[in-house]
Amino acid sequence: MTQKFSLNVNGKASTVEADDDMPLLYALRNDLGLNNPHFGCGLAQCGACTVHLDGQPIRSCITPVSAVGDGKIVTLAGLGTPDKPHPLQTAYVEEEVPQCAYCINGWIMTAAAFLRDKKKPTDAEIREALTGLKCRCGTHMAILRAVKRAAAMMG
Amino acid sequence: MTRQDKSTIFSRRAVLKAGGALVISIGAPATLAHAADDAMAIAAKPPLTPDQLSSYIAVNGDGTVAAYFGKMDMGQGLFTAVGQIVAEELDVPFKAVKVFMGDTATSVNQGGASGSTGLQEGGKQMRMAAAEARRVLVAMAADKLNVAADQLTVTDGVVHAASDAAKKVSYAELIGGRYFNVHLDWNGKYGNPLYAPGKAQPKDPKDYKIVGQPIKREDIAPKVFAQEDFCTDVKVPGMVHARMIRPAIAGAVPVSVDESSIKNIPTAKVVWDKGFLGVVADKEWDAIKASQQLKVVWSDTAPPFPDQAALYDHIRKAAPRKRSVEPAETGNVDEAFKSAARVIEAEYEWPFQSHSSMGPACALVEIKDGKVTCWSGTQKSHFVRAGLAAILEMPPDAVHVIWTPGPGSYGRNDADDAAMDAAVLAKAVGKPVRVQYMRNQGTGWDPKGPASTHHARAAIDAQGNVIAYDFVSKGFSRVDVDTNGSKPFDTLAGQTLGVALKSGDGFGVPAESYKFDNKRTAWETIPPLLDRASPLRSSHLRDPVGPQIHFASESFMDEVAAALNVDAVEFRLRYVKDARDIAVIKAAAEKANWQTRPSPRKDQTGDKVSGRGMAYAQRNGTRVAMVAEVDIDRRSGKIWVRKFTVAHDCGQIINPDGIRMTVEGNVVQGISRTLWEEVKFDHKTVTSVDWLTYPILDITETPEQVDVVLINHPEIAPSGAGEPSSRPVAAAIANAIFDATGVRIRRVPFSPGNVKSALS
Repeated sequence: MTQKFSLNVNGKASTVEADDDMPLLYALRNDLGLNNPHFGCGLAQCGACTVHLDGQPIRSCITPVSAVGDGKIVTLAGLGTPDKPHPLQTAYVEEEVPQCAYCINGWIMTAAAFLRDKKKPTDAEIREALTGLKCRCGTHMAILRAVKRAAAMMG
Repeated sequence: MTRQDKSTIFSRRAVLKAGGALVISIGAPATLAHAADDAMAIAAKPPLTPDQLSSYIAVNGDGTVAAYFGKMDMGQGLFTAVGQIVAEELDVPFKAVKVFMGDTATSVNQGGASGSTGLQEGGKQMRMAAAEARRVLVAMAADKLNVAADQLTVTDGVVHAASDAAKKVSYAELIGGRYFNVHLDWNGKYGNPLYAPGKAQPKDPKDYKIVGQPIKREDIAPKVFAQEDFCTDVKVPGMVHARMIRPAIAGAVPVSVDESSIKNIPTAKVVWDKGFLGVVADKEWDAIKASQQLKVVWSDTAPPFPDQAALYDHIRKAAPRKRSVEPAETGNVDEAFKSAARVIEAEYEWPFQSHSSMGPACALVEIKDGKVTCWSGTQKSHFVRAGLAAILEMPPDAVHVIWTPGPGSYGRNDADDAAMDAAVLAKAVGKPVRVQYMRNQGTGWDPKGPASTHHARAAIDAQGNVIAYDFVSKGFSRVDVDTNGSKPFDTLAGQTLGVALKSGDGFGVPAESYKFDNKRTAWETIPPLLDRASPLRSSHLRDPVGPQIHFASESFMDEVAAALNVDAVEFRLRYVKDARDIAVIKAAAEKANWQTRPSPRKDQTGDKVSGRGMAYAQRNGTRVAMVAEVDIDRRSGKIWVRKFTVAHDCGQIINPDGIRMTVEGNVVQGISRTLWEEVKFDHKTVTSVDWLTYPILDITETPEQVDVVLINHPEIAPSGAGEPSSRPVAAAIANAIFDATGVRIRRVPFSPGNVKSALS
């Protein structure tokens, strides 16, 4: 059933009209014009649609827009800007991580929450934190380098 | 080079608005008299044909340079490398060059992303065009400055007298805002072989300042800051969303479609013609719901596929449709085998694999005022233009395909099918249509890398020398559907609409330089399991058939070495004859600290064992050798490829970091294909439909270390790096497993279950 939902995305309040079972992903992409995140699977198996809801990474492709409530959503675009980049964004550019780049929402948004809560993680802890995310181009080695670089920047 | 600044005249949208005529003058001295050089610089753009310099290079009024490239970067840094080549030859700063890729309105057909030829073929042409542009500009400057051309030099886009720097004129002043009117010596070919040099000679590599440098990719920041649109993100006014509906039994076609079953979904509409079935709706979620809810009665079609367990038997027993021996047989293989003291023989098997791109394909097509515009992540936009023109029955000139980065691409994936589907849908509903496939279609219905068997045998004489080698691959064709969507019969849209079919035949042979007195390498292709609209139709998947063939051929060389009790590197150096091949094998072995001894090692007990394996291959001029070091848990069958060492020679290096990252990607994707990837199917259809049913390598399984040794040959024209390091990966791992366990695994994938049963 079509309803109005108030969303707080990247610090900005807006209203979308949608079916209550419509995943948040489509509200972000089509109603609010935020081209990140991406549709990868619609099954919460890959991470391409990842955003933060109240600071925690969620898969927006399976999160109904009606389940968001007054939670604060942050997308990759809201994580940082070229002028004020998040350390992971800086590290991704420095390490030249992406190839096709379609997957990066999952890795960066998941790693951002992880590094916020876990200082000086080990290699094994980083891998465990990122398990399940998909990168089809095989940039895994560069992803690990970038997350370690960002971890060092974040102390 | 910047793509980040969307407000510049160089953004894709600006290209679009300008309708392809991109050169816009910024403070151009348009009123300057150029009578003498009018022959070389004109105000109106010459036709976009391969024999015009203006088709590749333009100088803007502000002195920046636009390079129009008929190929595209699928993420391996080609964008940067081409910019380096153009900047180098023109003697302009790297940052002054902007590369525009794969737009049919601004580039000629250089073949698209294809066979790792971005630099090998595409870069070669851009180098010649940029060199010619420099020659022409210097000639124009000579005229203007009244100084002989050979007395002039160029620094950062300013031509000046070598003896008097004050005598100068900039590129911008010479031609800024106008177009080159210079004819090139085009070889008449389109696609990868297109070549159109001018009169200029390119630079001597010893003078390079930009080529060879590890210049960073500037296409990354816009993506990391969510500022760049993928083809999935493009929207146009009036656009509707679509989803395609595929049958549950491959080959079935709709008999009846109950449109009333979706009447509760606003704006949802069915597009149905023969086997082509899709739904459109104003909102994307409505299109998805409609595609799931629509009631369809399908034809009573017999399930077309064999038991998956019988796949390799099917391949072995099928009558070959085509056989090819390549190159011609050396000596007389059959005779030599008769005199063998010993024959070593083995057979290898490789499954169907899916591109399974990060996102399922997406395309947007708008048909308006007799013109077609398509945004697609295709690897071959110029060919898609031909395909759209054919299926829409419109002239190719009326079709504009704008390559826009897609959700990953490793060959002929589902992108071209999506473009064709979008075109059929847009024509049917009279509105711009954006179609994206769902995940189960992205994995289940993309063209597959072909399944195959590979039979190898070696004849050994009494002294332990290899006197004959016989290798034949047999499998589904890598061009059952062709490598591009230029013909409707190669696309799902064409096939579901009932066009006449034309399945192609192609496979390949090992690319190496083993010298045996008697040698025969051959391939045989068999017909597809289902001839029309099959989820197991086969086509190009990264390094088409290279991983299959070299898994077999390089595993077999290891088998022969082990049977003769010879170290695997030593064996290769005994028979490999090409000097550059020998150099990469030695470089990889040295970097990996290879210890000379035969395999398998015999000093390990217990469940956790480790081993090392070597494999090597050529690919269209590039040479790669690699050493895999693996840990194996015999109880679980779980393999961890702990370390990979790669030695890589692709001739002249344009950007070492670009190659390193590309090799890393190939290695990790290659490990994934080796350990995990197998398209599963039942009698009805493909059952690998997502990341659970088509698993790929996880970050927890990623190697600890990938070492890449780059061998630079500035004197040798660059060959490709996009795929060569894919092909030896599986064999290197198989050889390492053998080294660790003494067990030879001859069927991919090496998933824990398969390895465990092989070891028990």
